[in-house]
Amino acid sequence: MSTAGVRGVRESGAFGPFGGQFAPETLMPALSELEDAWEAAQTDPVFRAELDALLRDYVGRETPLTLAPRLSERLGGAQIWLKREDLAHTGAHKINNAIGQVLLARRMDKPRIIAETGAGQHGVATATACARFGIECIVYMGAEDVRRQALNVFRMNLLGAEVVPVESGARTLKDAINEAIRDWVTNVRTTHYLIGSAIGPHPYPMIVRELQSCIGREARDQMVEQIGRLPDAAIACVGGGSNAIGLFHPLVDDPVRLIGVEAAGEGLNARHAATLTGGSPGVLHGTRTYVLQNDDGQITEAHSISAGLDYPGVGPEHAWLMQTERAEYVSITDDEALDGLKLLSETEGIIPALETAHAIAYAAKVAPAMSQDQHILIGLSGRGDKDVEIVRDALAQRGG
Amino acid sequence: MTHTGSDRGPNAGATLGARYRQAFAAAESGGDTLVFPFLTAGFPTPEETPELIRAALRGGAAGLEIGVPFSDPIADGPVHQTAYTQALAAGASLDTALDAVRAARESAPDAPLTLMGYLNPFLAAGATDQASDDLPGAAVGEPLAPLARMAADAGVDGMIIVDLPVEESDAAREVLAEHGISLIYLLAPTSTPQRIATVAEKATGFIYLVSLTGVTGAREQVAADFEQFVGRVRALTDTPLAVGFGISRRQHVVEVGKLVPAAIIGSALTNTIASAPADGCVAAVEQYLEVVTGRRSEETSA
Ligand SMILES: Cc1ncc(COP(=O)(O)O)c(C=O)c1O
Repeated sequence: MSTAGVRGVRESGAFGPFGGQFAPETLMPALSELEDAWEAAQTDPVFRAELDALLRDYVGRETPLTLAPRLSERLGGAQIWLKREDLAHTGAHKINNAIGQVLLARRMDKPRIIAETGAGQHGVATATACARFGIECIVYMGAEDVRRQALNVFRMNLLGAEVVPVESGARTLKDAINEAIRDWVTNVRTTHYLIGSAIGPHPYPMIVRELQSCIGREARDQMVEQIGRLPDAAIACVGGGSNAIGLFHPLVDDPVRLIGVEAAGEGLNARHAATLTGGSPGVLHGTRTYVLQNDDGQITEAHSISAGLDYPGVGPEHAWLMQTERAEYVSITDDEALDGLKLLSETEGIIPALETAHAIAYAAKVAPAMSQDQHILIGLSGRGDKDVEIVRDALAQRGG
Repeated sequence: MTHTGSDRGPNAGATLGARYRQAFAAAESGGDTLVFPFLTAGFPTPEETPELIRAALRGGAAGLEIGVPFSDPIADGPVHQTAYTQALAAGASLDTALDAVRAARESAPDAPLTLMGYLNPFLAAGATDQASDDLPGAAVGEPLAPLARMAADAGVDGMIIVDLPVEESDAAREVLAEHGISLIYLLAPTSTPQRIATVAEKATGFIYLVSLTGVTGAREQVAADFEQFVGRVRALTDTPLAVGFGISRRQHVVEVGKLVPAAIIGSALTNTIASAPADGCVAAVEQYLEVVTGRRSEETSA
């Protein structure tokens, strides 16, 4: 099988048979405009310098690479390293993308920014980046997520953003994206849609990947600096897949196992959000990728304890990495994720986001079978402060 | 997969776009503006759809757009979102839409009938889960073949796929054309001259002009820049044009009828059905069509 498209987006925005631009006509010129603006920005040293300065002085990059000695010892196998996106400003990797796209929106003279959010992390990151530049910001959020992530709604409001609860469908991330796209269809001339993951029509999956690739580039250098070589495996959680592709992309040509961890929710035979493991190819939100769907091609509702993984689609590049067998995709249940969250908290004094806890939980499964001179790199995509209430309730419900 | 003769529907061959040509020619040579109502298959229930279709045709519909409901309609406003949700909850599927087409074809042998919807439910009739090395646009061609065959058998003339822009459409257009079905392209006020030219080159049947920059839904007025938009498209193509999105009143039909030969009415009709008494949907649809086609004056309809 050809691997064309693994490393780069082909001209049409394709990752093999995945990706593309399945968007309403009204949006197509805006997608071209975005692609042009991105290309121009790439070759503009002023853009690069401005972005680098913001990432350093505002976001706090580079983020540390932390050895997890007590976790490694507890698991009794591979050495575990954590790439600390939880220490980036606003507490997750989402800010890397938000800052970059806000700079792009400024280049395109779009005075209004809209975004969707699931956990609220991308909404907070977008509201933050917009506040930094004084740009109007509207965040669409499923009403169910507004309830689950009340603290993040308040944070967005503090940052000056307007949060619009979305009442359609399951009232979660998918529905928030639908509503954001409808807003964009209506206000496309003045508005940039700041999508929060490596999903959507071309050029979004490519742009988001590039803006998140600082995670993998830094981690690569830091691993070499620490142990003189690359890790044996890199593990990241996959919702839409932005932190995972940011970690994987700079390692894709190296002999490193790449493992994406999806949310198995209540189990793969019950309600879940494991799109690659439990879905099939389809077209959703402007891209051809794996989706959760019924026999009639209707998209089914995803479920995960973590709002940020609660999405029935996935970035098209992950679908291609799976088809070409360059990356493996596995899944972790709600229960296992809770265990992963407790494990990291107790052993390392780091409370991860529930999304991230899926990656921890899977590492805990594979590390014991590996030897002590092997190394696992985990993308620690975010911190768990936003989740403590949900975790408290879930632990109380299952008795600890 | 190659198409054998037996794969080809009864529409195949020289008939591609024939019913559209005939209907638009009549309108363009001085006939009435064509009114194509959009009806969601399965709304309010699958059982009622065929009767509503017959009512629309009795009321003066020149043809029909039959909507296939989708769980995630990103180009639709609240009225159609609600109609799709309700139709899906009532058990609507692609079969409901094809039954509706058959009912329409039986009552109106010459009326152009168009299926309208989003790509994913259309793909589901085919095998989508084979690994493929094609580009995305090519990968969505072949899975449409089973649907194209069924649609052609039912009497469909064309398909509007809201989320299939011209860039990704070559394989789909070819597969549909093999079954005698036109892929109907959309153009929007935001479409650039270059895009208009590309669509003009590939279009068969008619081109659907989205009257406004926005989602579906009834509006008070026809968009102010619509005339200018039509002019930009007209300058580049002779393909028949129809206008949709926002059209709700007789006066809108008269107004746009001066510029284009056909008007598509969706949300306003859906509203009419939604607000009719449970046993009054059929009469409401027929009467609404009589009004917007000018067969009955607005005052007497109240
Ligand atoms: C901390 C954290 N990790 C991961 C995700 C999942 O997104 P993605 O798969 O795009 O990285 C989210 C989404 O909200 C998140 O907040």
